Amino acid sequence: MSGVSGVGMNADGVHRDGVHASGAAVPTWDVTLRKRYQRGESRFELDVRFRAAAPRLVLYGPSGAGKSQTLRMIAGITRPDAGAVAIAGRTLYDSTAGLHRSPQQRHIGYVFQDYALFPHLTVRQNIAFALGRGWLNPSRRVAHPTVDRWIEQFGLQPVAGHHPHQISGGQRQRTALARALAGEPAALLLDEPFAALDKPLRQRLREELLQLQESLGLPLLLITHDDDDVRCLAQAVVALEAGRVTASPAH
Amino acid sequence: MTEAWIALSLTLKVAGWATALNLVLGVGVGYALARWRFPGRDLLDAALTLPMVMPPTVLGYYLLVVIGSQGVIGAWLLQHFGIRLIFTWQAAVIAATIVAFPLVFKAARAAFENVDPQLEDAARTLGIGEWGVFFRVSLPLAWRGILAGLLLSFARALGEFGATLMVAGSIVGKTQTLSIAVYEAVQAGQDATANFLVMVTSLVCIAVLLGAGWLVPGRVAARA
Repeated sequence: MSGVSGVGMNADGVHRDGVHASGAAVPTWDVTLRKRYQRGESRFELDVRFRAAAPRLVLYGPSGAGKSQTLRMIAGITRPDAGAVAIAGRTLYDSTAGLHRSPQQRHIGYVFQDYALFPHLTVRQNIAFALGRGWLNPSRRVAHPTVDRWIEQFGLQPVAGHHPHQISGGQRQRTALARALAGEPAALLLDEPFAALDKPLRQRLREELLQLQESLGLPLLLITHDDDDVRCLAQAVVALEAGRVTASPAH
Repeated sequence: MTEAWIALSLTLKVAGWATALNLVLGVGVGYALARWRFPGRDLLDAALTLPMVMPPTVLGYYLLVVIGSQGVIGAWLLQHFGIRLIFTWQAAVIAATIVAFPLVFKAARAAFENVDPQLEDAARTLGIGEWGVFFRVSLPLAWRGILAGLLLSFARALGEFGATLMVAGSIVGKTQTLSIAVYEAVQAGQDATANFLVMVTSLVCIAVLLGAGWLVPGRVAARA
């Protein structure tokens, strides 16, 4: 991990196994990612490093900056060429140690940009998805305290039996959030969660998300190109442009 | 007419087994071709599509070379297990399976390619293992397309003639399927039998095609 100190702070704050040295503050987010993409003639190189203590971090930048790719690598969906990822002291990926946890092992909630709700399942089944680990989907009438709690919290009772294409954009967003949270993740990643919604709804859901994060104390990383998201939600901001970090939280 | 019913039940048995085998093989290969990138993928796709375009007699010849008593696998089976595949209904199943296989794996590949990979990623981040992702997300979303392909392959297996005749022959009550019985009846000048067999075959094929047509538009509705 030497040479990672481009962001400041000493790399020895965190050991690879996630146990931190006494006294040293463990950053919530400790991310170093390198990946080269090549499709035909076009080439894109992602080289992202940031470290932040703030639980609520916003990754900000124009589209095509590599924000979604960064998020996918943190979640373990895409494998970087090299780097390391640790969240709240738990190491999920470390290329020098040959460690690459699968997305299943990472326990990270992920809210996709277009929500990626399962179109063949109802809202209730979507939210219960992570609770059953077998080869079968939860039944339409699945009753589980966690599922009921999230349905109630997000006011989804009237549409619990509906399929994703039958509900509004805001309800879809809430369903995606509930689905991610029902699995009790260790952190939450959100990819432009409000982009598909109209402005008044956006503001309301931002406040909901803010309250939720504060009550759960869950590390939250949100990517956006909307200034309002930054103003409302960010405790710290990492700015990304053309695959590089152009501004990151000071230490 | 009892001969016709025997031929029909044998045909349904052969086509049924061929379709069941193709369900497993076609879905597996279709998924692999849709989701995995590996060198020679296009070549493999072309090779597996060959049975659809090759003359059935050529296919039958290849099969004789492989499963015939002197064939590569046939000789081995005979020597070690005393199994003689040639001129059995099982040989008819093998022929029908291979001829109908491209219809299933093509449909399955297209259906899996239509499934948004992001949905599979979402399931993975929710802690679901790869088999769970397949059975809970990929397969249910691709199912209608696969089913349409399966029905077509069933229809194709019902009508299989050339390769079947070469590897299974035309033994009444044992390997004589409907399409072969029609040929034999016409050759023997038994017009009444031929008429009846043709009617039965036509009705079964129309029913299968109607079923397939009914399933295909549903794919759009399921994705909306």
